[in-house]
Parts: sequence; C-alpha cells; structure tokens
Amino acid sequence: MTRPGSLSDEPGEQAAGPLLRGRGLTRTFTLPRRSPFQPGPVRHALIDADLDVGAGESVALIGESGSGKSTLVRLLLALDSPSAGSVTFDGRPVAPGRAAGLRWFRRQTGVVLQDPYSSLDPRMLVGDTVAEPLQHLGVPGDHPAMVGDVLERVGLGRRDAERWPHELSGGQRQRVALARAVVHGPRLLVGDEPMSALDVTVRAQILGLLQELRDDLGLSLLLVSHDIGLVQHLADRVAVLRDGSIVEQGATDDVLRRPRHPYTQSLVAAVPTID
Amino acid sequence: MSRGRGTLAGVLRRPAGAAAVAWLGLVAACALVSRVWTPLDPFTTDPYSAWAPPSAAHWAGTDAVGRDIASYLMAATGTTVVVAVSAGLVALVVGLGLAALGSLTARWVRDSVAVLIDVLVAFPTLLVAMALAAAFGGSLAVVVVAAGVGYGVTIARVSRAEIRRVLREDYVTAARASGLGQLAVLRRHLLPNIAPVLVVQLSLAMATSILAEAGLSFLGYGASAETASWGRLLSDLQRYLGVHPWTVVWPGLAITLTVLALNLLGDAIRDAADPRLRTRTPVPTPEVTS
Amino acid sequence: MTLEIDRLTVTIGGRRVVDDLSLELPAGRRLGLIGESGSGKSLTTLAVLGLLPAGAEATGSIRLDGRELVGLPDRELARLRGRVVGTVFQDPRTSLDPVMTVGRQISEPLRLHEGLSRREARARAVEAAAEVGLPEPEQIVDRWPHQLSGGQRQRVVIATALITRPALLLADEPTTALDVTTQAEVLALFGRLVDERGAALLFVTHDLAVLSRVADDALVLSHGRVVERGPVARLLQAPGHPVTRGLVEATRATTWRAS
Repeated sequence: MTRPGSLSDEPGEQAAGPLLRGRGLTRTFTLPRRSPFQPGPVRHALIDADLDVGAGESVALIGESGSGKSTLVRLLLALDSPSAGSVTFDGRPVAPGRAAGLRWFRRQTGVVLQDPYSSLDPRMLVGDTVAEPLQHLGVPGDHPAMVGDVLERVGLGRRDAERWPHELSGGQRQRVALARAVVHGPRLLVGDEPMSALDVTVRAQILGLLQELRDDLGLSLLLVSHDIGLVQHLADRVAVLRDGSIVEQGATDDVLRRPRHPYTQSLVAAVPTID
Repeated sequence: MSRGRGTLAGVLRRPAGAAAVAWLGLVAACALVSRVWTPLDPFTTDPYSAWAPPSAAHWAGTDAVGRDIASYLMAATGTTVVVAVSAGLVALVVGLGLAALGSLTARWVRDSVAVLIDVLVAFPTLLVAMALAAAFGGSLAVVVVAAGVGYGVTIARVSRAEIRRVLREDYVTAARASGLGQLAVLRRHLLPNIAPVLVVQLSLAMATSILAEAGLSFLGYGASAETASWGRLLSDLQRYLGVHPWTVVWPGLAITLTVLALNLLGDAIRDAADPRLRTRTPVPTPEVTS
Repeated sequence: MTLEIDRLTVTIGGRRVVDDLSLELPAGRRLGLIGESGSGKSLTTLAVLGLLPAGAEATGSIRLDGRELVGLPDRELARLRGRVVGTVFQDPRTSLDPVMTVGRQISEPLRLHEGLSRREARARAVEAAAEVGLPEPEQIVDRWPHQLSGGQRQRVVIATALITRPALLLADEPTTALDVTTQAEVLALFGRLVDERGAALLFVTHDLAVLSRVADDALVLSHGRVVERGPVARLLQAPGHPVTRGLVEATRATTWRAS
C-alpha cells in the first residue's frame, strides 16, 4: 500500500521551499576524561548532515544503533544544540532556547517516541497528558472537547481521558502518544521508532492509524526507524545513516530496491522477509 | 483534581497508615493541649512521692524526684513536634537545594556538588552537633540544625539520583516537545515523580531527628533542663535502670511508637499517591482490543 | 536426544498461562514457538528449565530423552541446566554479569559442571569465543561486558550456552535487541551451530520473519494454547487458524517486501 506522491496529487500545496530544512548539522560529544592529563575522547555522533522534509512529504531516517539518526532528529526538533549547522522551519530559523521563543515551532510539530511505557507520565491522567500541548502552547478552544475528539480519532474512547497510563496496553498507550502529538494541529509529525516496542498485530494497526492520520490531516512525516519494512510502507524518501553520516538519500523505492552504497546493500540484504 | 483527598483516603484505608495517623494525631493533640493543660505540673518535684507506681493520681507513676511522668511526657510532645517538623523542613530545604544544584545546572557545577555531597555525607551528625554546641551552647536549635543538615545531605544524594532518572524519561522529552519550558517541566513532571521518594525521606528525617534529639539531650548537647523532652526523660531515668527498670518504658515507648508511626506514614503516603497501585486490572477499550 | 512435552499446563494465580501444550523436538531439528506477548511461549521455555516464577504451577510431562523433568528437585535440574540444556535469553545487556569478565562468564558452565582448572577453562573460553565469531578471542576474554557492543554481548551469551555442547538449545527472542545486520549474523550462527553439533533448537519469537530464517517447523501460540502447528513454509503460505492468518497479514503489512 503506497501513498500517492506529494507532487502529483496536490499541486496547490506544493511549498515554495521545504517545510523543515537542516543544513550542515554536526554534533560532537566530549566524553568525560579518563585522566587529568588527556582531554576526554570526542565522539562524532553526527557529521555535516543535510536533510529536507517537504510539505506533505514523508521522510524516513534509517540506520542502526549509533548511526546518529536519533541525534539528527533531536537537532531538527531543537531538543539539542548542534555543534555546527542550522535548522529552519518554513524559512524561519530554529534553535534551542527559551520555550517561549520556540512556541511557534512547537505548535507546528508533534512528536511520538519509541517506548510507550515511558513516554506517558505515570502520574498524570491520559486526558491531562493529551491536553498538555494545548495548555502550554496557548491553543484557543474547548480543551476537554478537543481532547475527547482526538482520542476518538486515534481509536480510543472519550472516557479514556480519565484513565491512568498503567491501565492501558502498549498499543493503547502509543495511541495516546499519537493523540498528544496531533491534538494541537501540527504540520509535521515526527516519530522516533514509534512501533518497535509493539507486537506485530498492534504494529500493523498503529501503522494503519499513522497513515490515516497523515493523509486526513495532511501532515508531513519524519520517521526514524531501524525497521526497513515500516519505512517502505510509510516513507516517500529515505536517508540512510551510518556512523554519523548520511551515506545515501533518495526516493524510498530507489534506495531500498536499487541501493547504490554498499552499506545500504548490506542493510537491505540482512532484513528478514517472509516471501 | 482531588488527588490530595484521594491520597488521604488511600492512607486511611491502609491499616498501617490509619494507625500511624491515629498515633501522630494523638501526639499532635497532646502537644496542643499541653500548652494549656496537663494532668499535673510536669516540673513540680515531690521527693516523698518518688518512684510511685501508676495510679489514679499519677497515670504513669513518678520519677526519681517525684515528677509526674505522664504530665512530663505530655509536655514533651510539644518539643518532639517542634524538633521533628523543623528538622524535617531544614532537611528538605537543604536536601532539595543541594540536589537541584547537583542536577539542574552546568556540568562543572553538577560534578562539584556531587563531590561536595559525598564529602558532607561522611560527616557524622554527632560531630556537627558537638561543634555547634561548643560554639553556641546546647539547645534545641542545635539539634534541629545538626539533624536537619545531617539528614538533608542524605536526602540530597537520594533526590539527585531520582531527579536525574526522571529527567531522562521519555515523557519529559515529550513534554519539552509539546512546548513546556524548563520551569513547567520541573513543576508538572519532575516534582510529582520524585515526590514519593521525598515523602519517605522526609518521614525518615523526622524520625531520625527525634532520635537525634533524644541522644543529644542525653549527652547534654540538646534541650536545656527547663525544656521537657522525651530524650531528657529517658536519660534521667536510665540511670536507675538497675533499680527501677520499668519507668524507662514510658519515654522509650513514646519515642519508638512515634518513630515507627512516621516511617509507616511515609510508606503509606507514597503507596497511596501512586496511581499504579490504585487500580490493578487493565481496562479494555470498546473499539480497540490492543 | 529428544525433547517431548506432553499436555503441559502452567497456572499462575488461577490463570492458565500455558494450556495443554504438547510438542516433540528430535535432535538436529529446529522448532519455533511463535506468538504475541502473553501467549505463553517464554513460560514454556522456563518450564523446561524448571525456572518458572514463584507461584506458578506446572502439570503435564516434560521429558528429555525419556527422563521426566516435571517434579524433579531443583538440584537435579541444576545439573542439567547449562550442561545438557543451553539457554540464550533476550536482552544481552542484562544477561551478562557486569562484574565478571567475558572469559569467566563463558567458562562458568565448564567450571561448574566439568570442574576444569582456571587455565583449562580460559583456553576453552578462547576457543568458544572464536567459534561464535568474536574478534580477537585471546584479548576479548579478558574484557568486561560494558566494553562490548550489543551484538558481541549476545555472541558471548551464545558461547556460554554452547560451551558444554548441550543437546538442547533454548533461545528466547535472542535477536530482538540487536541491529538487523547483527541479527542476520546471529541467526546464521544459530543455524550453523545446530547443524554442526546435531543439537535440537527451540526458538521462541514474536517475529514471523525471523522465524522463517531459523526454524523448520513452528507452533503458533495464543493465550497459552497451541492453535496451529506445521512447517514454517506452509504456515506462511497457507495459514489455517485465524490467529496465524492475523500474524501473517500483520507481518506482511509491516515488513520489507523485496519484490
């Protein structure tokens, strides 16, 4: 099930430039020093990465652990400061700083993280967690009603707003996380391995939900995953990361079916399939 | 949200919690009442009635100089409450303050504070009390400061670890991605999630301070002779342990029960406030089966 | 050697978490247990090892080469664990003791069951490390777990499980926490070792795609019961039971299609 390309179906929405643009993004960490005489070792988590996400486009970052994909996403979301490089959203620069200054950016983005068991505050009711972006981003409107609406949208019930996270299964919690990520009407949805902790039937359901939400709400999608199968079903374009560098980038079909870089080739060859 | 009321109900529902609240309530009530009334004057000595067994006139008997033990115990509850609450507050302020410095600041500050905390933990409370008493003379204030700072450093160590754990959790990242600023994250996510550890630590701090007061008064660094205190009574009576072994039971029991009640209350509050312990069975949603 | 399980039922707190499970695993064969979380597959392996959690009761029969394991005293079972039955668990981060060197961990079953001296054990550990493809075996046996990558740690776990040349190898989601390239190598390693040594392999997983790379036959579990069994190829192409069908469809919807 592939999604129609963003350019062919909605000419009116073709943006002047990409929605989210990262240029020259670099992130190095200096680890604690082992001895007082030598500086600590330096780890290059990300080296000179360029990435664009266009309006209505779905882009995936694939790579193994330590490849830098999560680092790149954190930089793009201004959750971390780059050692070098810049990020712009809709042409405006984005940099980590005071929350008030970033409110416009947070309004346009929603994030779903990997672990459904730790992405929800165990001491907050589901409804309060979902309402949090509405409150802190100053979104006008009837918040309880909006929360109820979005909970229904993700396949839960309005009454689930009164539940505690521990009363829900992993799949249900991930739906709550999705609800929180889209309740404030963002234009870009970012997922960091949103399905790797789920059983396969639940995964299929959440995948379907993600596709629905994206299509109905016209969202752009930035997905981080090590799961090539998922990427194939969700992304128009894919960037392959290894040891902090983007080794290959392009349309999903091209990169995955006809990989040019040897690393991509080995990655694709290693994926277990059932056909 | 009625979370506060729910927690109180939760505490009272647990037998240990209810018992602890009952005992501590009694102690607090005695502290208040003793300001205006005690069965007899706690400090009146009557050598001719020394070592009287419990009777209608002297509910707990009398001590070596004929003071009514029951009245003295009641009068001393005031001291106990004052010491426990003040030392607890001092411990909390010192502990949270150091923990915050040790986890929410720049790397070099964090690392320095971590070392500082470890150094301070090594100082025995007794030494601190003795030093303070040598400088300012023995008094309840010395006890409060010494016990408060002494336990405060332990609280700092424990809370710092908890703060760092919570800040690493995904829901904090998600909150920041939802637009919350640093202060809002601290208020809405950090505090509620480190609260259970803090509650238990606070109850332990209060319990320890009562024991510290008893010990320090015993050694002469604490309350003066004019202030009624359970520790003082214990120290006075234990001298006669060989001859009149039963009288120490009164202050000893008072201290033990109060310390126990504080510990149990801390545990009960922590458990009652944890949403995960309130409902056990997961609830299936009508439309979704997973 | 053959593993036979006959009508195994495990009850925890009144609930049947494994219900009337039977299987037969002869030497040299690879059998998969597939099911979602809570289907009882991990508990089955724990039952074979006699390591069920406290409060769990097992009825039925588990026979290793005709010898009944259910009801055997723990001391007897301990002599089988690590010697006749090797186990690989899921998470390489917690399967290794962080304060034991790699060499000591690998050779622990040897020292326990065969009473080898430290020098002999170390030599065997170096051999085992080489067999599972660990780099620089002579040096790696003196390293600590935290100095190794996830994939290397899992290889250490496999080496530990295999060092006594067990007749039965139990693997519970051994590749779930690994990168996909490492996973492919580890699965290949399993296959090779089983073939070379003629051991029997019981492989537990929730991932059909992984199962298809490592097992010949499989049992599909749901809520503790076996709902379907048969050759993996047939289960994939012509699943009979709705649960199996659901798994296959969900897997198709979420995994890589090469064509």
